[in-house]
Amino acid sequence: MDFFNTTLPYMLSGISVGGQYALIAIGYTMVYGILRLINFAHADVFMVSALLMVYAVSTYSVMLFLAIPLVVTLTVLLGFTIERVAYKPLRNAPRMSVMVSAIGVSYLLQNLALYITGGLNKNYPTIPWLSDSITVFGAMTKRVTVVTPFLTIALVIVLVMLIQRTKIGTAMRAVAKDFETSQLMGIKINSVISMTFIIGTFLAGIGSILYFTNYPGVTPQAGAMPGLKAFVAAVFGGIGSVPGAVLGGFTIGICESLIKGMDSILVSVGILKEPLELATFSDAFTFVLLIVILVFKPTGLLGEKISDKV
Amino acid sequence: MENKKTQNITTVVGIVFLLLLVIVLEQIISPTSTMAMLLTVTKKSAIYAVVAVSMNLLNGFTGLFSLGQAGFMLMGAYTYAIFTIPRAERDAVYYYYDQAMELSFPEVFGNALGSVGFLLGVLLAIILGGLVAAAVAYVIGFPVLRLKSDYLAIATLGFAEIIRALFQWTKLGPITNGANPLKNYVRLNSFKIEMGDTTIGLSTFTTLLFATICIGIMVMLINSSYGRAFKAIREDEVAAEAMGINLYKHKQIAFCISCFFAGVGGAMLAMFANTVQANNFKSNMTFEILLIVVLGGIGSVSGSCIGAVLFVFAAEWWLRGLDSGKWLFINAPGVLRNGFRLVVFSVGIMIVILFFRRGIMGDKELPYYAKRIRDRFIINKPKAGEKENG
Repeated sequence: MDFFNTTLPYMLSGISVGGQYALIAIGYTMVYGILRLINFAHADVFMVSALLMVYAVSTYSVMLFLAIPLVVTLTVLLGFTIERVAYKPLRNAPRMSVMVSAIGVSYLLQNLALYITGGLNKNYPTIPWLSDSITVFGAMTKRVTVVTPFLTIALVIVLVMLIQRTKIGTAMRAVAKDFETSQLMGIKINSVISMTFIIGTFLAGIGSILYFTNYPGVTPQAGAMPGLKAFVAAVFGGIGSVPGAVLGGFTIGICESLIKGMDSILVSVGILKEPLELATFSDAFTFVLLIVILVFKPTGLLGEKISDKV
Repeated sequence: MENKKTQNITTVVGIVFLLLLVIVLEQIISPTSTMAMLLTVTKKSAIYAVVAVSMNLLNGFTGLFSLGQAGFMLMGAYTYAIFTIPRAERDAVYYYYDQAMELSFPEVFGNALGSVGFLLGVLLAIILGGLVAAAVAYVIGFPVLRLKSDYLAIATLGFAEIIRALFQWTKLGPITNGANPLKNYVRLNSFKIEMGDTTIGLSTFTTLLFATICIGIMVMLINSSYGRAFKAIREDEVAAEAMGINLYKHKQIAFCISCFFAGVGGAMLAMFANTVQANNFKSNMTFEILLIVVLGGIGSVSGSCIGAVLFVFAAEWWLRGLDSGKWLFINAPGVLRNGFRLVVFSVGIMIVILFFRRGIMGDKELPYYAKRIRDRFIINKPKAGEKENG
């Protein structure tokens, strides 16, 4: 019982943060599936979305029920603009140039955020219903912790339906399969790519609301870590696969959270006499997982096998 | 052949001249004047140039897209700092831990051999920093180098994060001082000659000399048969393998050497800064170096050097005014406040990335452009002569 009581809070927060990683990871995996581009700027769009919320609510005192759709719309607009300005002109350039461009955008967004905030930690506004404290099996937590996994699953089901059943979804799958042939078949790839970015940033916007409700503040670097982890989640699950990204997100979220609590869990079970300060490795673990998966199954858990053509 | 010889001589003369100029400048410029900034940014850009060239060796010449540079710099910086903190200072630095290391190279060699020994100790610590980075690169090369393009990028990026976490682990505190900074080690300003009342400062000179040696070694490597093999791998892995190049071995060599110099660059950065702290070696540092490489031109050593100079000079010096309200003749304290410099700077970088995709030098070196300019004059001259004759 002691073990259960110590583990439960970590498990809960792991599932919650996992859902948030999953939402960001979908943006990475869809863009990579179509453009073969690691969109490094995605993490910073996530951060900017949080800052937009801070400024909308605290500085311009927009009503909260208006602020949420407004912020999500602005985030989507930002994602769309980034694609049009920074990636579209490089459509025929080597893949490395596009990746460098993504890094450049990420650098620009971070510096812009640094300039506007003055580098200060901005407090994320409290969202009434989501931030309420509740008790689950005797563990105190915020309501957002419980809401996140369900919302994530719901959004993913809608997204998978969209990809499998609608015309734009079919076009997306076709473009992901073969860029040039789908162009020959009359698919307007630019609008398909824009749509991909719109969906990706929309989910990142939602993810940002959920993520920062649980965290105290927003800094210009706040997006970097969750962004990297979400990317690892996408690779872990098999890049290009939406269910894979979700699986990866939850796996990484739960593992990371358990490592944060590993010391107290192990001490409570009696394996360790004194804490080993393993919490330092909660971030690093994600990357160990990445290297392990890349070595043993480079296509990820649910990824399709790619054969090399000479 | 003759042409190549004169080219090499010109390069060596140019570098010697530059080094002499730096010695003179260092004596003329007083530390309090505004021009003192020139020396600081020269040092920093020389260090960044070493790391940028090391990254270019991997990304530009071998076609391995690695983003782990910050992690290897961190190892170099820590190794250097740990082995140069004088014994007397150790208690003050390792305030929270019982230090495990008692060895300080400059002190040990300095006691035995005087100032030559001191220099030898510092050199040894720098090289050890590079060796540690290279050794770790060798080990992680086994799994990582089998990956392709962006997978390699993300794996090395992740690896740098693992290193950063490892160095901050409290259990390693007796060696790395945990998350606390390392300080009081031998810094650049210890390089000076004291003769009676006059002191000849040599810190900028030393940095530039070290950087020149490192970059020189890398250039020699690129021009060797190994370098040609690297370029073949970059162009086409399958074709290179068919020509009898051992892919894995050459990738491993390129990776280790690049990481060695990243480690050396990290050690030099430690000498330049006052403290070493793992948290300063974030992925942003790798990205900055990548941007330098792109700015200068992927696959051009002189491009990386020029890129590093432009990047550091612009970010640290020329655009400083943008942060403090006054720049050139613009005076707008409201807009030009803290951080504006970096915004302008990153917009500039985006313009280069989008519109000048080949960077400053493309994949050509400085002599190529020098020759083109000279050719233009030589072609023009006979024409002018013909007219006179006719």
